[in-house]
Amino acid sequence: MEIFNHNSNIHFLGLRRYTIGLAIILVIASIVLISVRGLNYGLDFTGGISVQAQYSQPVQTGKVRDALVKGGIEDPVVQSLGGTRQVLIRFQPKDDTHNVPKDGKVNLDLVAADVAKALQAVRPDAKVVSPSYQSPQVGAELRSSGVYAAVFVIIGIGLYLWIRFERRFAIAALVTEVHDVLVTLGVIALVQRQFDLTVLASVLAVIGYSINDKVVVFDRIRELFRLARKAEPEEVLNRSINSTLSRTIITSLFTGIAMAALFFFGGPSVHGFAVTMLIGIVVGTLSSIFVASPILLWLGVSKKDLMPVTKENPELARRP
Amino acid sequence: MSDFPRWKYALVAIVMVLGILYALPNAFVPLSAVQVSAVHNAPVDAALEQKVVATLQKDKIAYKNISLKHNKAKGDYILIGFANGDLQNSAADSLKTALGEDYTVVFNLESTVPGWLQAIGARSMPLGLDLQGGVHFLMKVDQRDVVNKQEIRYTEDITSLLRDKKIHYTSVTRNSIHGKGVVVVLPTAADRTAASDAIATAFTDLDVSDGPSTGDRFVLDAVVKPEALRKLAQATITQNLATLRNRINALGVSEPVIQAQGNDQIVVDLAGVQDPAEAKRVIGAIATLQYVAGLGGPSDPAVQDAVRTGIVPPNAHLYYGTHGEPYLVSKRVIVSGEELVDASSGTDPDNGSPSVNVTLNSVGAKKMLDFTRDNVGKPMAVVYVETVYDNKVVDGKEVRTPKVKYKVINYATIQGVFSNKFQTNGLGSPKEASELALLLKGGSLAAPMDIVAQSVIGPSMGKQNISKGLDAVLLGLGLVLVAAAIYYKLFGLVADIALFFNLVILVAVMSMIGVTLTMPGIAGIVLTLGMAIDANVLICERVREELRNGSTPLASIRAGYEKAWSTILDANVTHLIAALALMTIGSGAIRGFGVTLFIGISTSLFTSVTMTHAITALLHGGRKKLKTLSV
Repeated sequence: MEIFNHNSNIHFLGLRRYTIGLAIILVIASIVLISVRGLNYGLDFTGGISVQAQYSQPVQTGKVRDALVKGGIEDPVVQSLGGTRQVLIRFQPKDDTHNVPKDGKVNLDLVAADVAKALQAVRPDAKVVSPSYQSPQVGAELRSSGVYAAVFVIIGIGLYLWIRFERRFAIAALVTEVHDVLVTLGVIALVQRQFDLTVLASVLAVIGYSINDKVVVFDRIRELFRLARKAEPEEVLNRSINSTLSRTIITSLFTGIAMAALFFFGGPSVHGFAVTMLIGIVVGTLSSIFVASPILLWLGVSKKDLMPVTKENPELARRP
Repeated sequence: MSDFPRWKYALVAIVMVLGILYALPNAFVPLSAVQVSAVHNAPVDAALEQKVVATLQKDKIAYKNISLKHNKAKGDYILIGFANGDLQNSAADSLKTALGEDYTVVFNLESTVPGWLQAIGARSMPLGLDLQGGVHFLMKVDQRDVVNKQEIRYTEDITSLLRDKKIHYTSVTRNSIHGKGVVVVLPTAADRTAASDAIATAFTDLDVSDGPSTGDRFVLDAVVKPEALRKLAQATITQNLATLRNRINALGVSEPVIQAQGNDQIVVDLAGVQDPAEAKRVIGAIATLQYVAGLGGPSDPAVQDAVRTGIVPPNAHLYYGTHGEPYLVSKRVIVSGEELVDASSGTDPDNGSPSVNVTLNSVGAKKMLDFTRDNVGKPMAVVYVETVYDNKVVDGKEVRTPKVKYKVINYATIQGVFSNKFQTNGLGSPKEASELALLLKGGSLAAPMDIVAQSVIGPSMGKQNISKGLDAVLLGLGLVLVAAAIYYKLFGLVADIALFFNLVILVAVMSMIGVTLTMPGIAGIVLTLGMAIDANVLICERVREELRNGSTPLASIRAGYEKAWSTILDANVTHLIAALALMTIGSGAIRGFGVTLFIGISTSLFTSVTMTHAITALLHGGRKKLKTLSV
């Protein structure tokens, strides 16, 4: 069975003005979205209160949320804790003297009492247990380690591609990579999905996935350049995209299937991960086809660059 | 036969078998168990076992099995397995009341992995908090306090050094800016040179430099060297970790995770513990130690009298040692933990026996000197004092009731007069010496810790997570398997076998190196399965291309594998770099995910290339005249 015509010769590079233009617009839009709307950081990052509530009769999470909002608690996150009688409530305490006394530490018992009051006003059978506090400081530490990880990934991958391929490939891959990450984050900012640790992990996984995707196309470009006697860069790039097209899409499809299974059946704790991954797969696949190669073309990749003689290039020797 | 070397067939077969063997323990679900162990020297024997059985029968609590275990590290204990957590709960309650103060009753898990698997070192993956339920604490060590203590100590030490060396000084004070060390003011330039030399020789951890000088004020700055502070910070974390480990062992948690994170945080994960208050009480305890005059050891008739009658002389305390043996010690404290600067284990230069070297600050040294001068040949005891706070809510207010425990950790005869540095001898083994050194340091020096984050995950949520995660993994795997088989026919089926073994080997490797399985880890497994098939997609697409270009089937297979290999390698190495970053730099959930991804990509390189090649070669290689390929 073959879904794609193996003789396909779509002129992807011919569309480059539009596709790159669109990519730039998407990146700018994402940056604007991230800076204006911001990411909806989860408690992992911001810190906050988490309280468990127990009911003696089954309860719906929606009703719990309504009761809390009516009781004056802003933006509570309510999750079912397995079963219908226990929920996990998470929210950020209000920054006032009632909740946060002078020493800067949130008075958990007071907060728990507030939650209990709000819940019991609607359902007297509610009981609040084990309030706990997650400090934002923890989030800061984790956030910076996440940033370090991302920087390390980008540098590491760039170096590898530079050594294995050529400088332009490393640049094109990294630029596309930044595009993929920003657009993925932009979508998350747009739909205001909570950005927590698992989402961060999955953004980093998107980097891995999409670089993987790009490398396959680049590998083919290198191969075709080396094989062809007289190679027009545009033609070689186009042929490379076309001949790897079915693998690009099939792999995305397979990975997408696995992620979709995680999304629908993995439970709430991996929801964020699966959604982000799905967005990342779509963005990464499209950019492998439409963005990475045009950048490579603009950087002026040619057959000469990929032959072993490149090493003796005086321009290369000057580089540190 | 094909060109596929025979040793590779063997390798693939061996890896398949080993993968299955080492992944197998995960199929055995551990039993909820209750562990009974002795507090002091109370006997743990068949009689106790009978008592436990009788208690359980009386309260009509059904148990699955009961066994008396001998463990060198933990001592003897009894483990009773139950069918579910409810029975475990009620059993723990009834045993606690029945057995009384002499025994601790804690929750544990009992492995059901058969002995022959355990014998070859196969074990199941420990489950993370999110899958098993438990308490998570994040504690922050107050490194500021470490610097403070050092600066205060050096202020005192420099003062007494200058006094000893008879160097005139105007003042020795801490710099008003935190972390800027000690400021010594001297009346003349000559005094400053003398002081500078003396300090630099005596305290190698200090950087001494001249400050501004005006008329009769010659300033000398002594700052603790950054590398010394760094070493100190590291040592503080290590001490705190050791102290925590000691305390948490008392809780009896089956696999506690106690890890340093960054340079001032400690993560404590107690899987299976559902009561954070008890855990907090134990890990938040304050410990210190006291040097006191010893009034009698276990063999002393006066001590035995005191134990028997319960009447303790008015000037003494009756304390117990680490093995439950009684001691009488003086009520008057000679030196306490705050005056102890350092403790390290070593060997006695005279007789080579293990010893602990203790350093006191100048105040403590003077008191020790005075005491030892009058008491050579008499015993001295080291008492470990631990204060735990019970938090109870009474009438809506939180009431903290301190509970103090005393333990004699060393009892020895004073050999001679000593002051700021001295040795404690008479220790049984180097291990005992290093433990005592850690306790001395841990009890006194470890910087205070604050619990900055705490979370409790219920066991029911854990069960739900496991079943959902398992569903997702199996469903994702199933769908990808079906899709591959439909799209690539026979080659797809071969890839499916490899994919399945990728899961098996991944689980086996994770179990072998003891990776804790968490929900993000499960997500990593699913992602790996999706990605692992990529190598096979690349190979299959290549084989198809070769066939299209008119190559013979066998040549297509060979070329397909050869050409796809470099692509697969490049793609996977870049992916490995990403996983490596997650693994080394990330913490917590991110690390778990990265580890899984890293192992998964590595194993998939083997399964999707070498293993499929072996199977393909086996299927097609034998046939000389292969007309078509099912791809």
